[in-house]
Amino acid sequence: MKSSHFFGLFGAMVLFLASCSTQSNMTSSDMTAATPALTPLSLAAVEAPTPDPRVGLSPGLFDAGDAIWNMELLSTTPPPPDFVGSTNSDLAFKDNYIIQGNYNGVIIWDMTDPTSPRLVNDYVCPASQSDVSVYGDLLFISGEGLGGRIDCGTQGNDTRVSKDRLRGIRIFDISDIENPEYVANVQTCRGSHTHSVLKDPDDNENVYIYVSGSAGVRPEEELPGCSSANPDEDPNTALFRIEIIQVPLDSPEDAAIVSSPRIFNDLAAPPTHGPSPADIDKLEELKAEGRNVFMFRGRVREVSDDFAARLLETYKEEQEIVGEPTEEQMAAFKEALPDMVISMYARADYGAETGPDQCHDITLYPEIGLAGGACEGYGLLLDITDPVNPVRLDAVADQNFSYWHSATFTNDGSKVLFTDEWGGGGAPKCREKDPYEWGANAIFSITEDKKLDFHSYYKLPAPQTEFENCVAHNGSILPVPGRDIMIQSWYEGGVSLFDWTDPDNPVEIGFHDRGPISVDGGGGGGSWSIYWYNGYLVNSEISRGLDIFDLKANPYLTQNEIDAAKSVELDYLNVQGQPKYHWPATYALAKAFVDQLDRDPAVSEEMIQELRAGIARAEARGDKKVLKDLAGKVSSNASGAHADKMNQLAETLQALAS
Amino acid sequence: MKNSFFITLLAFTFLFTLQSIAQDTRDLSPAELEKLYWDRIEEKLSIYTDADVKFMEDMIVHHSQALVMSQFAPTNGASEEVQVLAARIINAQLDEINIMQRWLLDRGLDAPNVEYNGIESTITMLQPAKKDDGAHMSDPMMDKDDAMMMHGDMDHDDMDHSEHDGMDHDEHDGMDHSMHMDHSDMVGMLSLEQLAELRDAQGPLFDELFLEYMIQHHTGAVVMVEELFSYDGAAQGVSTYKLASDIQVDQRTEIARMQQMLNERVVSSVDE
Repeated sequence: MKSSHFFGLFGAMVLFLASCSTQSNMTSSDMTAATPALTPLSLAAVEAPTPDPRVGLSPGLFDAGDAIWNMELLSTTPPPPDFVGSTNSDLAFKDNYIIQGNYNGVIIWDMTDPTSPRLVNDYVCPASQSDVSVYGDLLFISGEGLGGRIDCGTQGNDTRVSKDRLRGIRIFDISDIENPEYVANVQTCRGSHTHSVLKDPDDNENVYIYVSGSAGVRPEEELPGCSSANPDEDPNTALFRIEIIQVPLDSPEDAAIVSSPRIFNDLAAPPTHGPSPADIDKLEELKAEGRNVFMFRGRVREVSDDFAARLLETYKEEQEIVGEPTEEQMAAFKEALPDMVISMYARADYGAETGPDQCHDITLYPEIGLAGGACEGYGLLLDITDPVNPVRLDAVADQNFSYWHSATFTNDGSKVLFTDEWGGGGAPKCREKDPYEWGANAIFSITEDKKLDFHSYYKLPAPQTEFENCVAHNGSILPVPGRDIMIQSWYEGGVSLFDWTDPDNPVEIGFHDRGPISVDGGGGGGSWSIYWYNGYLVNSEISRGLDIFDLKANPYLTQNEIDAAKSVELDYLNVQGQPKYHWPATYALAKAFVDQLDRDPAVSEEMIQELRAGIARAEARGDKKVLKDLAGKVSSNASGAHADKMNQLAETLQALAS
Repeated sequence: MKNSFFITLLAFTFLFTLQSIAQDTRDLSPAELEKLYWDRIEEKLSIYTDADVKFMEDMIVHHSQALVMSQFAPTNGASEEVQVLAARIINAQLDEINIMQRWLLDRGLDAPNVEYNGIESTITMLQPAKKDDGAHMSDPMMDKDDAMMMHGDMDHDDMDHSEHDGMDHDEHDGMDHSMHMDHSDMVGMLSLEQLAELRDAQGPLFDELFLEYMIQHHTGAVVMVEELFSYDGAAQGVSTYKLASDIQVDQRTEIARMQQMLNERVVSSVDE
């Protein structure tokens, strides 16, 4: 089972194994011919490679040792010159194009030949994190870091307040994808760490961008109206809200923030109390001694002289005082000092006052009208049927979760998986001694009354070295019918393919991993995002570039299931604007369902054989009648735990027969 | 401020970028590509200001105190919930201390290392590796002497433990044991008395004190990040910005969680 191979640097072309599932030469001995080469096996006892080949891989940047199971690496392509050494980030897809964010801009690849992606455009426009999304002819890019510029310049911004700084969303026209055109930007108070695009089913004139930004609030001098005060001091504070941008598709240059919903209201608000008379006396006494003291959260605090001197500089700037302040001005400063410090503290611990104040990422699933918000210490379930007024349905916290990072729904919307990006992605959280529940995924089912019900954790099962930054990160659902299978990035932990159809027993069924980039410090990397798009697994590797994988058939994911997954084709994909997969009625789909029934002992061997033989005969000879007969038989036998699957199979057979 | 220094660095970076552009990385040999990568990483090391350096130095000292606080949990009869929290704080902050020490050493700067004996701390300075010691570690642009010169206003002498462990309580006689902004600008640090109080507390009292003091301590870190961001040119480097932002958001999230734990305790004690 274990296959560990060394691959060369430049798009090492591993043999591309075309799937050999055509059965056009079916003979009358259908029974034997229809027997699959690989018997589907139960996930209750998955035999993973032992010892785990991910342990002990040799280090290297472009020549690390690697281990792979149930996947095939088709190509690895290094970033174009301007992007080498700069962080590759998230991915979006349009037609045959991959759009790869990078802290230095955006890289567009043509994946028509997945063994050798073609560089279409490398657009230098620095800003972290360059989270990317597409809709129609538009490309959206997030900017959060302090160095991002409106003019895409590479020189950064060397002042605290800069008119050139871009923190927010950049909008490009990619109708000519070879030559993206920068058409607009929308500045936000906290920048955009990530964003998600919502295409509301009932609105064809606009798309909506949900902006998540957990970074500090910009100075008001830089972006008017930005306030970092507590909500009770300033109802228009940039805290405790998300921002929603409306983008008119006919005039994207008019994109603007249309609402700032306060989805966190009333989450965990603790009691507060004021200063006691004794505190007030003490304060007056110390003030009389000339000390910079003030009350905050029920306690007497003192500002050091150094810190006060720094705040004086800020004060002089605000008050436009040039040179030495007069005695009067100094007195006014002393008066203002407590408020200045308190507002710093308030910014610092507003989390303590009223729960989370931002989301890291929000996954919008418009077809089911729900969104999963991964918001600091909470996972939220939101109703997004009104795109500009999301409503919180439930919120969960978990003592094992450090920082709720992202959400992924199952295709049927019955479950949601949240990730915990413990340590922010830069730290090694997959070492042998790091607990399984920390820096992991948490799986929830969604109850009928739209509440989140916890089931289990899933974490990368292979221990990583202390040199490998590793924690749960981005991933997507594969369109494998009837199952919930996800591919997920774990930074330098590599990528993990796992099945969470049973929310209590998630299980790994494939992986790819490389050794550490470096064991003497410097660098850093690993998989930022890996997503399924139109038949392939596309991996944005932070330092090493772009990987494209194919799946390899195995007892836990058969060729029929893979073929059925490949039958789903999308025009575009933003994983955080989750699309609903719909499967065309194909033989692969029918056979995938049969494989799944075969995997489970609840269906008789006889029945399985009959189905395989009948479907093979129909596929080989166009025998529609046998399909109709089978459909009827399956339908009438549909009961128990597999009723749904059998009904789906019956429908598929019926559709193939007509 | 050090704007001229900053601009010089940017100009250098830009020049460096122009020189190293190739047509297509696929035309490069693996060795050439790898060299380009490490050159770029080293270029980025030069994008920092004095404020960034001070932030790293202070935060190492700050985080180290969280470790000693958390280490009391298993022996002082903390509840399971607090023990889990304390274990995670140790794990997280140890990693961050490593990252920050690495950040300084990679730039050819000394990195503070704090050792605790009970509640008494000693700070020693780790020395960066010499250039030829590690291929990727040292900044090619400056050796240690230059670095010290450029950051000459960073007075490393003030890093002795008496400044940072809050032993200045005599000056604050009469004030309660609170979040003194002591003379090292280290907001949120516990005083030696507070540490002793925590060391001696047991059971539910320990839990309460731990949560209260850790909220104070974490809040200090968040303020330190706010302060960092208020300097011109600070946190422009990607790794600096990421580290500072991560610390800010993680500690804010943890503050909220601890506040909630504390509230739940208050509520249950009232109910009893």
